[in-house]
Amino acid sequence: MTSAVSPLNLREGEQTLTGWGRTAPSAAVVRAARTPDEIQDAIAASGSRGVLARGLGRSYGDAAQSGGATILDLSAMDRIELDVTAGTATVGAGASLDAVMRTLIPHGWFVPVTPGTRMVTVGGAIAADVHGKNHHRDGTFGSHVRSITLIDGNGAQLRLDPTTTPDEFWATVGGMGLTGVMTEATFDLIPITSSRISVDTERTNDLDDVMQRLISGDDDYRYSVAWVDSVHPSGRGVLTRGDHAPVGQLSSKESGDPLAFGPKVLASAPGFVPNGVVNPLTMRAFNEAWFRKAPRHRTGELQQISEFFHPLDIVQDWNRAYGPAGFLQYQFAVPDSAGRLVGRALAALRGVGALSALTVLKRFGESNPAPLSFPQPGWTLAVDVPAGVDGLAAVLDALDEEVLAAGGRLYLAKDSRMSPAMMAASYPRLAEWQRHRDAMDPNGVFTSDLARRLSL
Amino acid sequence: MMDALGEPQGVLVLGGSSEIAIATVLALPRGRLRRVVLAGRPSPARDEASATLTRAGIAGVEVADFDAADTSLHSDVVDRAFDAGDIDIVLLAFGVLGDQAEAEADPDTAVQVATVNYTGAVSVGLRVAARLRKQGHGTLVVLSSVAGDRARRSNFVYGSTKAGLDAFAQGLGDALHGTGARVLVVRPGFVRTKMTTGLDEAPMTIDPQDVAKIIVNALRKGRETVYAPGPLRIVMAGLKSVPRPLFRRLPI
Repeated sequence: MTSAVSPLNLREGEQTLTGWGRTAPSAAVVRAARTPDEIQDAIAASGSRGVLARGLGRSYGDAAQSGGATILDLSAMDRIELDVTAGTATVGAGASLDAVMRTLIPHGWFVPVTPGTRMVTVGGAIAADVHGKNHHRDGTFGSHVRSITLIDGNGAQLRLDPTTTPDEFWATVGGMGLTGVMTEATFDLIPITSSRISVDTERTNDLDDVMQRLISGDDDYRYSVAWVDSVHPSGRGVLTRGDHAPVGQLSSKESGDPLAFGPKVLASAPGFVPNGVVNPLTMRAFNEAWFRKAPRHRTGELQQISEFFHPLDIVQDWNRAYGPAGFLQYQFAVPDSAGRLVGRALAALRGVGALSALTVLKRFGESNPAPLSFPQPGWTLAVDVPAGVDGLAAVLDALDEEVLAAGGRLYLAKDSRMSPAMMAASYPRLAEWQRHRDAMDPNGVFTSDLARRLSL
Repeated sequence: MMDALGEPQGVLVLGGSSEIAIATVLALPRGRLRRVVLAGRPSPARDEASATLTRAGIAGVEVADFDAADTSLHSDVVDRAFDAGDIDIVLLAFGVLGDQAEAEADPDTAVQVATVNYTGAVSVGLRVAARLRKQGHGTLVVLSSVAGDRARRSNFVYGSTKAGLDAFAQGLGDALHGTGARVLVVRPGFVRTKMTTGLDEAPMTIDPQDVAKIIVNALRKGRETVYAPGPLRIVMAGLKSVPRPLFRRLPI
């Protein structure tokens, strides 16, 4: 007697995945890929639902998930090699920036760009073309990449760089993992003599004040970001700017081990948090406290790298605080001429009670040649909001229209809800990117829920 | 693909002229909706349903020929709908009420009711489940009925088909647990539709639009079972515990 295998059964390695915002889950088979061969095997065996590499799942929406697909976990491909002469590192795509920093900082080298968390992989940082507090000066992570090793949709291993293969290279930078599976990248490093950041902090009275100070003072700092009080109608905030502290600035006690770097996770969000813990009341209290704890004006304070760049990494799984309904981050970039959109967006979100704890305002510098890279000169605002807020969809759709009209766009690593029409209109080079992507992946092996949702 | 705010892009309606299904499509968030497939027998009612959705501003309304009783064609219909793009919500909304007295006098008509309401639903439900599960996301909404909660003398043929359908849908939901695909069982009471025209209205009678709102809300919250209206859950729990000698004599 034969027994049929049910198509409904869970397959080996199958699990439900979401982004950091914990919305819109889909299930896929997760497989470890330890070598380029194993990636090639997965591509050769890919079914109609395709293949996608997933790093540490820190994109907020559906960029690193793909329902029914084979999801490749490259965490074993984590080699880190320092070239002191060239001032570069060659790193496996699955290595986290956390691991890269723990390895390289003690040798006096820092990553060229770090986002607000160390918990992203090198592959993910390139795929999303992440930016950090130094974008106004140094550009994105992708701008510092010298070469990428990638396996394309035909299973061919390619070495990409901006000079000999500019189309493929820049389609991969910011390409959301849809041009192939990166296995390794070489990127420039910043030499440092201490693991401290010399930080100037200023409280700002209102939105105009903070925007003026960002415009006039950013050139004096390598790193600059403003936190804005999303509850207070004035848009008051806290401006923190700094640069790597030279070893000479350290106290005699600290200079004994100037390159020490060992950040710890001090807390973890509880496994289950009900919906509604993040609500207007708690957000009011949080924003007030965050504003009050900042000094009115302080210069030259020495902070740890983790304290300055990655304050949230100290609480593991902080995204659970939003409860099962999850949350999303709305981040747009608009030209200088549309600076008023910052205030309008904050007011519109306040209007539906979508108050944010972590509202971040920053000035962007020049764009790079990548067709889907997000940053463009001007302003960027990032706002976290609970997904369950009534009326949120309409408010965000209306803001999308204004962002688009201003010549702006949304960040794909954060997006979980824009329309395909918004995507196509706000990224005018989408068709150009699609041509290069189609050449690298003619059979459409690489796809994601984000790619399907936005018709990429 | 459903987005973070629960806005669907693709919807398949099985029973394309169902008033509850059409009301549900109209009640869904429409900001990202790009494809609605109305699968049903060719009829003026199906054309009218399609026109209603198009008039409401929904682009991408398609019709597909589907007969719940002809299970040999179910694979084709389901595959065509899913091959053209992911489906976020499937509404299994076909069903016939039949006439209890006629069913008792002519059992062939009872078989018809059972074939459509139960056999047809099992056939197409399993095929839909396999496709939802393959794409790793999506919800099958099954329109059951409170009539399936406890068989009544006055319509136990219909009630028994819904009891079977309800049990099937619950089991299917459990089978799909963890696969990204889900099943939502909806148990309406008396709903004012063409199916119930001419019948005496029961207490707690509602309109298709009310059921639609309840379904959309349940989808948003990720519920597994929902009554329409909600308080029927308590009424039915009470009725289910009434001893049979007494239940037989209830005027329901």
